[in-house]
Amino acid sequence: MSAVVAEAAVGRTVEPHERRPARLAELFLLVLALAAGIGAFAMVGRATTGDLPEGFWVASGMLAGVALVGHVVLRIRAPWADQVILPAVVLLNGLGLATILRLQLSGARNMVGADAASNAVYSLLGALVAFALLWFLGDHRRLRRFTYTAMIVGLALVSLPLIPGLGQEINGARIWVSVAGMSMQPAEFAKIAFAVFFAGYLVSNRDTLALAGKKVLGLQLPRVRDLGPILIVWAASLGVLVFERDLGTSLLFFGLFVAMLYLATERSSWVLIGLLLFGVGAFAAANLFPHVNARMEVWLHPFDAELYDRVGGSFQIVQGLFALGAGGLFGTGWGEGYPQRVPYAFSDFIYTSIGEELGLTGLLALLLVYLLIVQRGLRTSLAVRDGFGKLLAGGLAFVMALQVFVVVGGITRIIPLTGLTLPFMAQGGSSLLANWIVVALLLRISDSARRPSALPVRGQVAPGGATHEPIVVGSAGTTPDGRPTGTPASGTPLPRRTPVNGGPTEIIAPQPETPKGEHS
Amino acid sequence: MNTTLRRLASVVMVMFVALMVSTTWIQFFQSSELNDDNRNVRKIYAQYGTPRGPIVVGGEAIAQSTPVDDEFGYQREYISGPLYAPLTGYFSLVSGTSKIEDTENDFLNGQADALWVDRLQNLFTGADPQGSSVELTIDPEAQQAAWDALGDQQGAVVAIEPATGRILAMVTKPSFDPNRLATHDTQAANDRYEDLLNDEHDPLHSRATNTLYPPGSTFKLVTAAAAIESGEFDSGTVIDAPVTYTPPGTTRSIPNYGGTACAAGNEQTLAEALRISCNTAFAKLGVELGAETLREQADKFGFNGAVDVPFSTATSVYPEPPFDDAFVATSAIGQWDVVATPLQVAMLSAAIANDGELMAPFSVETIRDAELEVVQQSSPRRLSQAVSASTADQLTDMMVGVVESGSGTAAQISGVTVAGKTGTAQHGDGSQPPHAWFTAFAPADDPQVAVAVVVENGGSQGSEATGGRVAAPIARAVIEAVLNG
Repeated sequence: MSAVVAEAAVGRTVEPHERRPARLAELFLLVLALAAGIGAFAMVGRATTGDLPEGFWVASGMLAGVALVGHVVLRIRAPWADQVILPAVVLLNGLGLATILRLQLSGARNMVGADAASNAVYSLLGALVAFALLWFLGDHRRLRRFTYTAMIVGLALVSLPLIPGLGQEINGARIWVSVAGMSMQPAEFAKIAFAVFFAGYLVSNRDTLALAGKKVLGLQLPRVRDLGPILIVWAASLGVLVFERDLGTSLLFFGLFVAMLYLATERSSWVLIGLLLFGVGAFAAANLFPHVNARMEVWLHPFDAELYDRVGGSFQIVQGLFALGAGGLFGTGWGEGYPQRVPYAFSDFIYTSIGEELGLTGLLALLLVYLLIVQRGLRTSLAVRDGFGKLLAGGLAFVMALQVFVVVGGITRIIPLTGLTLPFMAQGGSSLLANWIVVALLLRISDSARRPSALPVRGQVAPGGATHEPIVVGSAGTTPDGRPTGTPASGTPLPRRTPVNGGPTEIIAPQPETPKGEHS
Repeated sequence: MNTTLRRLASVVMVMFVALMVSTTWIQFFQSSELNDDNRNVRKIYAQYGTPRGPIVVGGEAIAQSTPVDDEFGYQREYISGPLYAPLTGYFSLVSGTSKIEDTENDFLNGQADALWVDRLQNLFTGADPQGSSVELTIDPEAQQAAWDALGDQQGAVVAIEPATGRILAMVTKPSFDPNRLATHDTQAANDRYEDLLNDEHDPLHSRATNTLYPPGSTFKLVTAAAAIESGEFDSGTVIDAPVTYTPPGTTRSIPNYGGTACAAGNEQTLAEALRISCNTAFAKLGVELGAETLREQADKFGFNGAVDVPFSTATSVYPEPPFDDAFVATSAIGQWDVVATPLQVAMLSAAIANDGELMAPFSVETIRDAELEVVQQSSPRRLSQAVSASTADQLTDMMVGVVESGSGTAAQISGVTVAGKTGTAQHGDGSQPPHAWFTAFAPADDPQVAVAVVVENGGSQGSEATGGRVAAPIARAVIEAVLNG
């Protein structure tokens, strides 16, 4: 922890500056996002049917409603929350719906699965669940109480598809659960449960994991007895690979797990051990299971004629590459390309659908929007004061980055293709619902991170509320510009205050991320 | 934790940069390679999205694109599909393009270089690009007559206008319906294509231009031409016509048809030998002339050279000398390794009909853009002077004899002098009935049409078949259709 403390002392961790709720900026960005999304609906309709698509006003109203309700909820319940995340998500969701609608309107036989209407309903549902969560979960630290519940829920969700009669095997991977005609991908929810579990578990045990144990070759190795719960989850994620045969989900859990361990312990040995374990598991799986092995072959030689013709071979990825190639720099424009040629162009391969019609320009913009959300999440993690929030925000942000990487990397052949979906865009209720919940959590934590540290105030606010003396508690330092800073004890519920008349508010202290009692 | 968070943020950065690089690589650097992959049907999709020009015969479209309400926009339709299939070919999502649909593709879809003015206009007016129409040289009545006359027999008919090389008829049987390959129901098209590929009669293969048959006695025209061109023979020269002929250096003898003598005294004039199609006389004549001379003459008639009409055709072959006299003897009567397409045999008659001048056969007359402006007009092109005009005259007289009182009397038309030559070609191990040939042109003094007919395995007459009995009536029907049209 010494490095962090030292950093904190010179005030680099979080620059002290004045904070102000940025809801107006958010409103402006929301308008832009809505313009892009609704504009896309209109263009899709014009390009395919020559008129506004059926249900245009309903869909547009719904998207605008989601944006407006989200904005209002944030204003009331999380005024300090990040102002970029919601507009970015609304943009992605809108573009995703437009793309699915476009594929549905193509009328192609392999696009009968595309259903923009039901996906819009799921988007609405996801957004409402997220807003409800924001409304009723006033403080993310309450989730810490459910650390081990989250672990059990996560493990239960992961093993659901293995239950006979409930689990469904689609395209070789058994990651689906079907109940009463409705199917869902429990792994999408499991990733949230695992993030909560890791955050809660690690914030309590990070020191033991980080400091106890032998040093071998300059690497601090953890003790075996501290590994218990971690090994359980490692086994679970490997179990996904072996029994559910889905490399993507397995990679997602594993990456989440390694990243959060690394965040908490600051020990690169964990990264090495994690990568090693995963490498061994993946290598063994590739050798033991024909399904995984076939995926590897397809990854390495997609254009091979025999693999192309084989059932479950490289047809899909090659068609996806054709779609991307046809898009070129600027794309064909909505409705002008043939993205429907690619199997599952509306779900697993929505990336190539957008690539064909919006081109490289569109995809780079898309990646930047995802990067923006992820970096905003990481920033939140950087700024938030409590360790649990830090780990949770960092973990959730990273898992979203990883999901985008696994999906897009699979399509563009950086890694073997897997069955994950692009957050907020691909068709699929589970994915939408889960990722909206992730957004709610990130927004909730960001509110706490950016909220002026409300400190117990000694004495009175200066007349007129224009200035006041911040009161320093706990360890205190002075920033280079001479303004005092304060550090509240983490985890303590504090009274809050907001600035009056736009005057300067409390200055946030650089916040060393320290467990209780570690101050020296 | 903030240090590690910053590092994690850097890792995320690296991951996204990797995605941007890989996407850029595919969409920018690999793009053209991906677009050219023949498994990428987007090219065909793009072609389906614009109205493709029609293929026209006698002022009527035989292939046209009609708007349909599906993902492609236009459906290719073939009127009288099987009748014109050896010309139009097909335009299919499953099997691609062939024949005219293939060679004239750039004009039909409006992307040809010659159409740049039209495209420029479209750019300014905002009009959709439109394909050009391709008008064929085919005479619809001759085409229909050939189709009807061939009936259920397997074989092919090719008719050419001798003076220009215009192809007037091109029929092959069995044929196929290109509509069933052009359907946008790819499953159905695929099934149909598989069926056609597996069909033992190979209907996708145009017999008129792409099947190589032993030409049999029709090749005696080449041997006779070589003899007269040598200057040592004319139509009246008396040559040996033994009952059997055993070429030097072998013991295998060549008999006459039916094993009979060609003439009393075992000799007859060259004209007489051609009239009754005497095998021994021509075999012996061929050996006397030599393989070099025969090959040279065959080449002048178009053998051993690629012929594009404009789609490519199989190259007819007279083998390259030297080879044994036994083979020279059989080659002189169109057997052994001598093979020819019906198109080639028609060219043979056409050259004789056109005073010995061989014109390049062609099937595309005019290409017009969407405003019916002529973009390209075919003009007759001379391939070679196959024989001198006087040789051609003598050969014509000899061929007239064949139809008047020889093996080809079934081709007679009242009021018209027809010149022709029959052929009855052994093939394979000889266990199957011979192919029946007939090639002719008419009128003999002012030839309007040269025609070649082949009927496989003797057609309806089986082993009893001769070119004169089976093929000649078909040729007559085609000639009548052209002359009456």
